[in-house]
Amino acid sequence: MAGAALRDQLSALLSSMFSQGLVDEQFEQLQMLQDEGGTPGFVAEVVTLFCDDAERIIAEIATLLEQPIVSFDKVDAFVHQLKGSSASVGAQKVKFTCMQFRQFCQEKSRDGCLMALAVVRNEFYDLRNKFQTMLQLEQQIQAYDHKQQ
Amino acid sequence: MASCRSLGGEIGAPAPHVLAVDDSSVDRAVISGILRSSQFRVTAVDSGKRALELLGSEPNVSMIITDYWMPEMTGYELLKKVKESSSLKEIPVVIMSSENVPTRINMCLEEGAEDFLLKPVQPSDVSRLCSRVLR
Repeated sequence: MAGAALRDQLSALLSSMFSQGLVDEQFEQLQMLQDEGGTPGFVAEVVTLFCDDAERIIAEIATLLEQPIVSFDKVDAFVHQLKGSSASVGAQKVKFTCMQFRQFCQEKSRDGCLMALAVVRNEFYDLRNKFQTMLQLEQQIQAYDHKQQ
Repeated sequence: MASCRSLGGEIGAPAPHVLAVDDSSVDRAVISGILRSSQFRVTAVDSGKRALELLGSEPNVSMIITDYWMPEMTGYELLKKVKESSSLKEIPVVIMSSENVPTRINMCLEEGAEDFLLKPVQPSDVSRLCSRVLR
């Protein structure tokens, strides 16, 4: 029963992540790659790398936007990086907010960029929390299955 | 997913070795995962410079798949160096990019790239490469 309950929780979490637009078809592709390709831990690896990468990039952008003279080219380059890794992992909302962020970079608007950074940060933290819950549930399911053997 | 190992090879032959080049750790992990699930052997590096170092010491690379935009050496510059080298020019090179820029795509194909993939790369893109690039 415990195993089934954990699986239900995980299934519900994933469903809500898709229905809320947090993740898209690319994330589904990565899950299928893991399940069909027999590569356990693949999604966890990619998700963890993405979260570390995104945290670093957001910090870099924040530092750049604090400077007296903002290098919008450098900010744009970092946003482009974050958009790319978001797309690769299927982080749809983060990707879309990066696209909007790039508009403000092109307009060389510090206020616009600061606002966009706040939105990207919030979207990323929301997604990261969901990913962390997902990984915890997967670990609990694995531990439960291992005990049953 | 279809295995690339069976294509044109003998039973028991080693898996084709692909060199993946991308400065993004996330993209390296994704492309490596996709390639390994198609039974490629994969080495992933984070720069064109490291790619050339490996190509100098590893004789059996069947294909190079590289990101276009990388600091210091772009994927296009890596492609040019490979195609200018007598020992490396026969290795198929595939370029990946998150931006659909026709002039960029044409430039790479004219320089000898086998294919140009838009990111995010899908497993179906790799299956297509198997049949086209690795004969």
